[in-house]
Amino acid sequence: MTEVMATHQASQEKPAKPRQFREMDHAVVRFAGDSGDGIQLTGSLFTHDSAVLGHDVSTLPEYPAEIRAPAGTRAGVSSFQLNFSSAEIHTPGDRPHMLLALNPAALAVHLPDLMPGGTIVLDDDTFDTAGLGKAGFTGTDPREDGTLAGYQVYRVPITTLTLEAVRSLGLDKKQASLCKNMFMLGLVAWIYDRSVTAVEKQIDSLLERKTTQPATFDKYREQARANKLAFRAGYNYADTVEVFVCRYTVGKAKLPPGTYRRVTGNEATALGFLAASVLSQRSLLYASYPITPASDILHELSKYRHFGVRTVQAEDEIAAIAMAIGAAYGGCLGLTGTSGPGVALKTEAVGLAVMAELPVVIVNVQRGGPSTGLPTKTEQSDLLQAIYGRNGECPVVVLAAHSPAHCFEMAIEAFRIAIRYMTPVFLLSDGSIANGTEPWRTPKESELPRLDLPQGVPAGDYQVYARDPETLARQWVAPGTPGLEHCLGGLEKQDVSGKVSHDSANHQRMVELRIKKIQGIARDMPELTVFGRAEGDLLVLGWGGTFGAIHHAVERAQQLGLSVAAAQLDYLNPFPANLGSVLRSYRQVLIPELNAGQLRMLIRAQFLVDAAGLNKITGQPFRTSEIELEILRLLGVQNVGREDPLSPGKGVHGTMDS
Amino acid sequence: MTSQKYERKDFVAKEEVRWCPGCGDYAVLSQVQRVMPEICDRLQLRRENIVFVSGIGCSSRFPYYMNTYGFHTIHGRAPAIATGLQLCRPDLLVWVITGDGDGLSIGTNHLVHCLRRNVNVKILLFNNRIYGLTKGQFSPTSEKGTRTKSSPMGSIEQPIKPLSMALASEATFVARASATDAKTLQDILLRAACHRGSAFVEILQNCNVFNDGAFDSFAATSVRQDRSLYLQHGRPMIFGANRDRAIRLRAGFPEIVRLDEFPEKDLLVFNESAAHPGLAYMLSELDEQAFPVPMGVFRCVTRSPFGELLDEQIETAVAKRGAGNLFDYINSGDTWRVTAPQGS
Repeated sequence: MTEVMATHQASQEKPAKPRQFREMDHAVVRFAGDSGDGIQLTGSLFTHDSAVLGHDVSTLPEYPAEIRAPAGTRAGVSSFQLNFSSAEIHTPGDRPHMLLALNPAALAVHLPDLMPGGTIVLDDDTFDTAGLGKAGFTGTDPREDGTLAGYQVYRVPITTLTLEAVRSLGLDKKQASLCKNMFMLGLVAWIYDRSVTAVEKQIDSLLERKTTQPATFDKYREQARANKLAFRAGYNYADTVEVFVCRYTVGKAKLPPGTYRRVTGNEATALGFLAASVLSQRSLLYASYPITPASDILHELSKYRHFGVRTVQAEDEIAAIAMAIGAAYGGCLGLTGTSGPGVALKTEAVGLAVMAELPVVIVNVQRGGPSTGLPTKTEQSDLLQAIYGRNGECPVVVLAAHSPAHCFEMAIEAFRIAIRYMTPVFLLSDGSIANGTEPWRTPKESELPRLDLPQGVPAGDYQVYARDPETLARQWVAPGTPGLEHCLGGLEKQDVSGKVSHDSANHQRMVELRIKKIQGIARDMPELTVFGRAEGDLLVLGWGGTFGAIHHAVERAQQLGLSVAAAQLDYLNPFPANLGSVLRSYRQVLIPELNAGQLRMLIRAQFLVDAAGLNKITGQPFRTSEIELEILRLLGVQNVGREDPLSPGKGVHGTMDS
Repeated sequence: MTSQKYERKDFVAKEEVRWCPGCGDYAVLSQVQRVMPEICDRLQLRRENIVFVSGIGCSSRFPYYMNTYGFHTIHGRAPAIATGLQLCRPDLLVWVITGDGDGLSIGTNHLVHCLRRNVNVKILLFNNRIYGLTKGQFSPTSEKGTRTKSSPMGSIEQPIKPLSMALASEATFVARASATDAKTLQDILLRAACHRGSAFVEILQNCNVFNDGAFDSFAATSVRQDRSLYLQHGRPMIFGANRDRAIRLRAGFPEIVRLDEFPEKDLLVFNESAAHPGLAYMLSELDEQAFPVPMGVFRCVTRSPFGELLDEQIETAVAKRGAGNLFDYINSGDTWRVTAPQGS
């Protein structure tokens, strides 16, 4: 990080006072508090303000699996980390520069992540005996026992000041203290030199959006007033008391021109599927059973009724994919979404779609497994499930999105492939990109692929499994087409005619045809691109949501002059056609994954490349530093003063083949 | 839509029918094919707009034998697949063919929810009270004590009554017919096809290989007239070969009375469209040894089907917000513009 001391004129509302400003190229801020404290909302508001100011942003929200874990305990801590930057960034940042803790538990949970010498702002009111006790501090107070030595600590009586700030509204104490997240936001807004009015407008518009019923209007207007009072009080407090040593500024990022919006991965996924429906001019049916962390796709698509999107909250996971298959059989876009446990239930139906050669898309927002596992934590452990997890030889296409905004284009790509090749397609996302946000430059129509299929019905004697010679896809003929009445099903099909067949030679031919069809899709996919030189000492190969950390780590290693390149696989079955030659262009291959080595096993099996693994299975995304250190280790470079990774995230090597 | 006159043969597929000789399924297939021309006529429907969706089991081979669109899917899931199809394609007449194993064991959940939602599909549940395709294990409708390879000492499970389950699932159309009773079956198929919403029909169908004679005590030609209660809307529930007995309620429970001892005007009148399903449930729960077995339509009430309600929401949303435009939508709300930097 480069830091430049500079003196600025303080901005906007306040009379100009000379202030010490420190300019940073990026800042990582983490808000933490109880899960009822409105931490996600606070983070979201600050992120939006950062994005609108022209920073590149990346976020990492984290919340407990329990809706309301016991208040004040470590189990109930919710947090939101934002990285905003003057350069292009791909990760929410390894370690926060600043931690805002609304109670002792939040401090306890997040202190270990804070950058050495970092800044802590805490609500001093909550550090009473009861608060400390609930957070597990017995007979000791971290503020005074040396725990916080080496950090810049600001003790602010946030609760008291918030109650004082909203006193004029006559709210009860509980309602009033709910505004303390806004007081905290006010402090941060001052520290990072933000416009008070811009944030206030944002508070208004957020609450307006909630106010869909006139009956609740007064309630929300009252809330908005209280929130703005608390926010402004926080800002003014910071401005007045002059306890904060320093303010920070971060420059604008040089993003390509265009219209931007902030999206989470789940929002971008939903928008991508909507786009697929618009581009293909086929109506979309999304059937899904609520499951963390995929439910937001259902919530989002349920808002698109005016686009003709049909959503069904199905009775179970199996029904959800069954409905999607029914829609596909009817000539529409059939879609279902879930997480790993749901995919486990859907597998038989995926096999039906493979046998019937129908286009369905299954999006899996991966979480920690097995079984119920870690519902709110991220993992990449469903790759082999997607590729192989069915009875029989049952090939499907598997794609992965590598960042929140990338979900949009991969959702479109999933349907492009599904309908062109008449096959089920898995789209893998994960908890961290599903809930993480980044700025997304909204595309123009000309930038999107075409999804329309050739019109018209087969002429002559209709053969249900006659294939297009290029794609090997059979034709999508839906009910309602006169004269082409036929019966599909899960029993093996006679080649070409599609009649039920138990013939042994035919079965082998059909198995091979289905495999060949999927493998052939590699010709219709972009080649794998490499970040860095086309050959060298080390290739860091990843897939999915690890993109940001890998890219950043490789970028830093390249700055040290090391011969390292990065490549991220968006296409996992089939692999891009040039993957083999890319792998052979480097002396070593490192595959960091948030699992025990699933991609690594595939690469070793398919390409006989002795790839090394870096495997993290803690429910947390990679830190850049963890990958960077492994790069240095593999290349035999002594530690060049880079920060050590934290112990919980330390990689496990070679788990898969030990 | 142009109306076209169809004949039975228009619905007969070229496929060779492969049920066991003597199977009750032949009779059902034949009645369905026979009644299809009239259904098309009444609904102004063309053959290509008819789909049969099935699960797994002997009965689920049915779609192969119909010269319509068909989908032989996976065990128990036909109602859910049919739901997805019907929602997207309200122009189709979608039938579900299922059995007592497919619909009441592995797929009960989907059946319940399909009926609860009142999805506009027509469900024919072939009940032979046995697993045929897997060679003769007891099914969820097998009587207690049924001896099979998996229950050599007799089944110890309480059977489920398909119509009771359908009624408990808030089904809007519930009916029963015997495969051997062509007239009743045809009437019910026609009514089911014309019903707005889910129609659930239990068809008693004999498996002559693994559970022969399961319904003989009341459905055999020799006893059928005497042992069946043909339900007629708005009429008292009189039965018997000589129409000399009737069902009435006494202190809330059914009993059989003789007409020569009991004036007809005091009999309970059957009402298929009663809002409360109590009477229909009483009938579906009648002990088939002690009472006649009701046949016909147990319940037929009006409730908006799921697909219609969903499409109404779409229409409302379009009326309120205008038809969605993708590019307007993604560029609205909290967006900001980044312009090309001036100079360097």
